Amino acid sequence: MSTLNSKVPSGDLKNKWDSHKANLKLVNPNNKRKHTVIVVGTGLAGASAAASLAELGYNVLNFCVQDSARRAHSIAAQGGINASKNYPNDGDSVWRLFYDTIKGGDFRAREANVYRLAQVSANIIDQCVAQGVPFAREYGGALANRSFGGAQLSRTFYARGQTGQQLLLGAYQALMKNTSTGKVKMFSRREMLDLVLVDGKARGIIARNLVTGQLEKYAADAVCIATGGYGRVYFLSTNAFNSNATAAWRCYKRGAYFANPCYVQIHPTCIPVSGHYQSKLTLMSESLRNDGRVWVPKRKEDTKKDPNTIAESERYYYLEERYPSFGNLVPRDVASRNAKDVCDQGLGVGASGQAVYLDFRDAIRRDSEKVIREKYGNLFDMYKQITGEDPYKVPMKIYPAVHYTMGGLWVDYNLMTTIPGLYALGESNFSDHGANRLGASALMQGLADGYFVIPYTIGDYIASEKFKPVTTDSPEFFEAEKNVRANINKLMDVGSRGKKTVIEFYKELGQLTWDKVGMSRNAEGLKFAINRYQELREDFWSNLKLTGTSEEYNKYLELAGRVADFLELGELMARDALHREESCGGHFREESQTAEGEAKRNDKDFCYVAAWEYKGANQEPSLHKEDLSFENVKLSERSYK
Amino acid sequence: MNLTLQVWRQENATKEGRFVTYKADDISPDMSFLEMLDLVNERLIKAGERPIEFESDCREGICGSCGCVINGQAHGPLRGVTTCQLHMRSFKDGDTIVIEPFRAKAFPIIKDLVVDRGSFDRIIQSGGYVTVKTGPQPDGNATPIGKDVADKAMDAAACIGCGACVAACPNASAALFTSAKVAHMSYLPQGQVEAHKRVVNMIARHDAEGFGNCTNIGECHAACPKEISIQHIAIMKKEYICAAANYEPEIQRSEGAI
Repeated sequence: MSTLNSKVPSGDLKNKWDSHKANLKLVNPNNKRKHTVIVVGTGLAGASAAASLAELGYNVLNFCVQDSARRAHSIAAQGGINASKNYPNDGDSVWRLFYDTIKGGDFRAREANVYRLAQVSANIIDQCVAQGVPFAREYGGALANRSFGGAQLSRTFYARGQTGQQLLLGAYQALMKNTSTGKVKMFSRREMLDLVLVDGKARGIIARNLVTGQLEKYAADAVCIATGGYGRVYFLSTNAFNSNATAAWRCYKRGAYFANPCYVQIHPTCIPVSGHYQSKLTLMSESLRNDGRVWVPKRKEDTKKDPNTIAESERYYYLEERYPSFGNLVPRDVASRNAKDVCDQGLGVGASGQAVYLDFRDAIRRDSEKVIREKYGNLFDMYKQITGEDPYKVPMKIYPAVHYTMGGLWVDYNLMTTIPGLYALGESNFSDHGANRLGASALMQGLADGYFVIPYTIGDYIASEKFKPVTTDSPEFFEAEKNVRANINKLMDVGSRGKKTVIEFYKELGQLTWDKVGMSRNAEGLKFAINRYQELREDFWSNLKLTGTSEEYNKYLELAGRVADFLELGELMARDALHREESCGGHFREESQTAEGEAKRNDKDFCYVAAWEYKGANQEPSLHKEDLSFENVKLSERSYK
Repeated sequence: MNLTLQVWRQENATKEGRFVTYKADDISPDMSFLEMLDLVNERLIKAGERPIEFESDCREGICGSCGCVINGQAHGPLRGVTTCQLHMRSFKDGDTIVIEPFRAKAFPIIKDLVVDRGSFDRIIQSGGYVTVKTGPQPDGNATPIGKDVADKAMDAAACIGCGACVAACPNASAALFTSAKVAHMSYLPQGQVEAHKRVVNMIARHDAEGFGNCTNIGECHAACPKEISIQHIAIMKKEYICAAANYEPEIQRSEGAI
């Protein structure tokens, strides 16, 4: 076990980022054009990084698995983006946003990173406004704000219920502008399948062309991974169908440490599962909790009744009763666990009993249906479309679902992984949200990393290194390509003989992860899961069924490669969850709870980042720790009572 | 529900395609249309046959990946809904459903129901942005933008780039897609500086990609899953008339005007 160097600059927290920027080495403008940077992913982090690096003068090669950069899953973020602008004059500041984020993350994030995030948050809003992002406005023309899950201030900026879409299109348009000048070369329908190291540094990738099936090699001086999280390990999640962890996982297998994989966010307001055929879960923005009231019937016998016939006195507004000061706006992990708790008590509603009500009756009475329609119209329409029920008339039914992963590739203050020249941005890294992310902070972090951090920090690396010329003809590229080809051939070979489809394996993997490494975990279940992942892998590699060839468009082959990686990643999540014998944020260990059933942290033994190092196939990974020191905030019990 | 599907199968861009009939039995009305196709594919794979390739990603109607022509209508029978948000309760037991890709010269078929919509990216590349570098910008509140204006800009910006407007248009015009971006920018003060250049170049690129002209048929508006209004095309034409006198397109125009 070793200690990791986070490279956090010394000095006062408030001045760290400014003094760090002042000390970073610069690349001469004429030299920038001699350097190439690969950016994998075109979500908020990837697109903003690719566009910003290209504007600085670097040659950027940008990759995405979708048919267009505009489709990355950031597009589905609904609610908003936080920034410490303090426009509403309600007392917000960089410090408060920082403190809320650190506390919301249950004191498992790095102070300096989070402070920097809060500092640049205001720049993000200005940048997006300048790009023409149509944020919601007040009648007088000023930007509108709202309060959002877990915040007692109105610091969230939004564009109807489509904030992610509008921010992503802003970044995408900046990217397209730089594509038109040739500074960015865009490679869509490409999947990164391996990282190429030369002399221990990240110098390129192997990608599969998803239309032709051909493998392609790309060389560069640095590689940025911005491929999002690993929530699809659960099969059912709010993540997109193509979201996957393969690029990050292949980096892990090349030596990048993977941090805190057990920190997963289960979002409290999703449309409940309706049947076995279900392919994904749909989020209902938690902005709905600003006006909706969460309840279940007080009596079990009322759970199947028409909710509109249940008297006020027979309704259990459990969040308002249990957490009087935050009420329906408690952070996501608390809201999710409480929903599970009331459903476990038999008070859940809907056909499956795995749902709670989110009711707008009182808000509509107070503000009128018109006002509610203006705020949430598209969300209500979406809900009606999926469930066939009208939420203006009947309370919504919601249940928690996997939404975001706080864990990811370990990065230092410069966003560099443990592999020199390999960076990880946005959800794919572990850095800013600790054990739980606050609402409207994912968009903030993705854009902070891409617009305002990586353009500075990557220059320092490029200016400090001597780059020996590397082309895709070098032996390291051939070795990596061979490795990828062998993996694909093995999948096709097994696939020609096996019996079980990828989706069957995927569902089994998802169910196992949800049951044992989901909202609530215990040692016995985690040990069972670790064994079960190994069995599932053996079964997968001997009994998988595929059709077609690897030399063509073959969606199920793509999926098979991703599921193979998830079968390994799931085990690492279980190992991490087993070793962390405390409850914090999204990680709830049944063995570690207070008398009231709330999560109980153990700061004495677990106040660190757990970063795992790959040690070879079927070998136990080794654990490295980065101790978290809190110089500016006092660790407290996270209470929302 | 038991259904009959007639699905367009085409191996790649150069091979000839054809309709193939499949039985889709035991379909739940609560399934989404794509989940129904998922199930059909599971059965095909089990039988050793190649699954039907179709595109999808977010499956919540916002990414714009999915889309096929269902019984002659882009994204199927419901208004304001993408293919992924269409549920089988919109069909009846015993129905025959004809499923085709979005067809247009500018959307070459890649395989089965998957088409190449790279032409949309190239239209945006030709001017669908505000030229602004990353870095310190004026305060977000420095330029007030009225709520009505911001709302109109948002109505236009809601386009998801799926291509249903093209598939629905008898001329295979991408006028609605192009106008949504032109109109979004035209409402906002940030979009004014490059307004002339933008509209002229985007229309030139639209034509060069092989999209047809707009003849005010209105199918695009009817098919659009985000119900983007055909009014935006009028706004684009107005912008174009003002701009064309002052600005020469930077790329070669193909024949015809919008």
